Amino acid sequence: MAFDAQPTRKFNVVGTRVTRPDGVDKVTGKAAYGADISAPGMLHGRILRSPHAHARIVSIDTSEAEKLAGVKAVVTGADLAMPEDADFADVAINCLARDKALYDGHAVAAVAATSKAIAKQAIRLIKVEYDPLPHVTDVDAAMKPDAPVVQEGRALENVPAGMSQNVTTYCKFGHGDLDAGFAKADKIIERSFKTAATHQGYIEPQACMASLGNDGRGEVWCCTQGQYMVRANCAAALGVEESQLRITASEIGGGFGGKTSTFIEPVALALSRKSGKPVKIVMTRDEVLKATGPTISSSMDIKIGMTKDGRITAARGELRYSGGAYPNFTVEMGAQAAFAAYDLEAVETIGWNAMTNRPKEIPYRAPGAPTAIYAVESVVDELCQELGLDPLDVRLMNAADKGTLSSYGPTFNDIGLVATLEAAKAHPHYTAPLSENQGRGLSCGFWFNFGGNTCVSLNINDDGTVGVVEGNPDIGGSRASISMMAAEELGVPYDKVRTVIADTSSLGFNDITDGSRVTFAVGLATIEAARAAIKEMCRRVAKIWDIDEDAVIWEDGCAKPAGPNAGTHPPMTLAEIAAIAGNTGGPIAGHHEVNADGAGVSFGVHLCDTEVDPETGAVKILRYTVFQDAGKAVHPDYVEGQMQGGAVQGIGWALNEEYIYGEDGRLQNAAFLDYRIPVASDLPPIETVILEIPNPGHPYGVRGVGETPIVPPLAAIANAVSRAANVRLTELPMSPPRVLKAITG
Amino acid sequence: MKTIPVATTINGDETEFLCHADESLLDVLRDRLGLTGAKEGCGTGDCGACSVMMNGRLVCSCLVLGVETEGAEIETIEGMAKGDTLHPLQRVFLEEAALQCGICTPGILVAAKALLEKNPDPTDTEVRYWLAGNLCRCTGYDKIIKAVQTAAAEMRGA
Ligand code: FES
Ligand code: FES
Repeated sequence: MAFDAQPTRKFNVVGTRVTRPDGVDKVTGKAAYGADISAPGMLHGRILRSPHAHARIVSIDTSEAEKLAGVKAVVTGADLAMPEDADFADVAINCLARDKALYDGHAVAAVAATSKAIAKQAIRLIKVEYDPLPHVTDVDAAMKPDAPVVQEGRALENVPAGMSQNVTTYCKFGHGDLDAGFAKADKIIERSFKTAATHQGYIEPQACMASLGNDGRGEVWCCTQGQYMVRANCAAALGVEESQLRITASEIGGGFGGKTSTFIEPVALALSRKSGKPVKIVMTRDEVLKATGPTISSSMDIKIGMTKDGRITAARGELRYSGGAYPNFTVEMGAQAAFAAYDLEAVETIGWNAMTNRPKEIPYRAPGAPTAIYAVESVVDELCQELGLDPLDVRLMNAADKGTLSSYGPTFNDIGLVATLEAAKAHPHYTAPLSENQGRGLSCGFWFNFGGNTCVSLNINDDGTVGVVEGNPDIGGSRASISMMAAEELGVPYDKVRTVIADTSSLGFNDITDGSRVTFAVGLATIEAARAAIKEMCRRVAKIWDIDEDAVIWEDGCAKPAGPNAGTHPPMTLAEIAAIAGNTGGPIAGHHEVNADGAGVSFGVHLCDTEVDPETGAVKILRYTVFQDAGKAVHPDYVEGQMQGGAVQGIGWALNEEYIYGEDGRLQNAAFLDYRIPVASDLPPIETVILEIPNPGHPYGVRGVGETPIVPPLAAIANAVSRAANVRLTELPMSPPRVLKAITG
Repeated sequence: MKTIPVATTINGDETEFLCHADESLLDVLRDRLGLTGAKEGCGTGDCGACSVMMNGRLVCSCLVLGVETEGAEIETIEGMAKGDTLHPLQRVFLEEAALQCGICTPGILVAAKALLEKNPDPTDTEVRYWLAGNLCRCTGYDKIIKAVQTAAAEMRGA
């Protein structure tokens, strides 16, 4: 759908900072999240997890647990169906293991009991006989031909023969003559990087309440980024039809991609089917860290050639990602994103995914991009240092722009990278003085953004108010943005519109809340639904006025005669039209269904000042500024919020957060005390500069904003720390011991 | 296991409940009393989502036993607004978009209110250190700190 041909459209509602509709409930404790509802007769579910990194499950004896008073059902993998589709099968096997436990924390059995305490006691009575197998948790080790094999027969056809069976994915992107390009360079730098897996770290653990009768009809209440995704996964894992499952998304306490999969809902449904009672499962933080989430861990080689005046002549990257114990395609996105910020004559990126005995990777904000871009932007920064060039000027000289053949194939349309870089250059932060042990780093970031399948219904109520029904859980204020776009299009005040999120039985299919798609795609569908309703209202008014349909226009929330030839009818407001809808043909509504494309890629630039303590290796972030092209910022507060939140998650990734595995393949830091996410006292204010380069694929020019902000921090901070410490850091996180080691050599 | 009767005051109302000896105050509030405003983010005292006031002190309710609250005065997020009037912190959090998902918000509001009662005019650094026990994964804390300062100024009548 094209950008409206109204170059200087004046917005009345869009671009203002209205109060969100779900706000009062959220500041008073009334909002109902995943764990906040209960049902009469409800049982409590609890899951038994593997203590082994890799083990054959010889037998599971549940008889003692079943005998415990208060236990109403026990289930194992045998109680779930085995879906034919490989993705559904992976989800089902991840919910409850079959013949093998694939990682420390893999679910193997579950109970439902009349109290949490009994459920906890009961899982200890389940006897699982394991036959431990050799394990591998490091991506480079997993790629060795003699590595322990996590799963057999999962490699894609294009993976070369002779590699470890752990290698499941191979991909390659790029164009141009690399050898000729490197030959033109005055300086070539080649470096290897490693990054640890991190977790989305949403504060609300996964939680659900589920009920499934022996008639195959079921209900689920859960915190998820996609109720339709939960429905599909549950239907496949339980062997029931989608139409029989009604999934309601609760308020969601953070997701960042981490709630785009299913871990407990099929288990709760299986327990409910067996016990005949509703079953609630709430994960503990330990379970969240051990068995949901994390990102990929990575090992990467980057080689870039540059002329002495700063032009990049050739670039090559090789990415080795591990997405845990299952095949995974995140490396493809990393390989595509790696060099996207640059206009390059010769570029090649190769990607591999290798399975390890770690939990199944689940997307985390711009999955695959932060690590790849960290490595690329580190090498670009080092080249600037070596050649004595200004890092912003070098980025500007090589920046991708409209018409650039991107490193991953498509040619860019209108993009905001150059404007974003120029804004960074003009900002006082860029020239502020620095002291001893301090360094300034910068990085570009990129994300594709996504549109996807979307349904919206918009109802004109008889009192002149408007109801919007959409199907995407609101993870950071999107109901406000959707209401704003509906109000804008209809010409009514924002507070006349209420947007609600439908359950799976009340609206057609919607893709999950991912890919920074909601404000873009749901917004687009809302605008179209509003236009459909407007068309109908104009038709009704044309009937009343007894003139041609085309002779009625919609302006400022009213139907008006199009011109003098249409007669001199006084305008009719939306409320007036709604009040008599019953007499003009019945209720008035608009709806729109679309598989939206044209999401419009997004770029950001982050500037960061750090101070490194040479005695301890501790890094302090002194100042941080985020510049990002948001397209039209519908609600600037929440756009800034995305920019700030993403930046701080990136700060955690760069400095503290990591999955630490022991020799035994077990996760050693499955608690917030040891898996340390940034706290308020770690941070300075996060300054933001929003640029609004309209996205040509949206009627108001909206682009997704949620993911790009987590991409630049890793390199921005690594570059700042490397400059402050006078030594190039090549491994994340840059925890104090690691920085100290780099300084002291 | 037998349950134990406990008598407390919650948000000004005398409240009696039965709980097991090993049950946390958070579980009592959420599961027995239906006060689900306090959230469980960790259960180990690391996230602050379960913050409540007990006898005028800010506590993680996941680290307090239900039976310890015999005779105590408990204040939760549910008691923060007076009737239909939001506390200035609640209102400013909304006006300044200091929440995204909102799961950390009840705990942060309870903690921020406790700070301002002790120190009506804190520096930004004092706010950041006071709230260091309350994790927020969505906002990067920036708008939270600003909202606390706006509310503080308003409450001082500045
Ligand atoms: S739930 Fe109490 S501190 Fe996290
Ligand atoms: S708003 Fe989501 S954790 Fe704070």
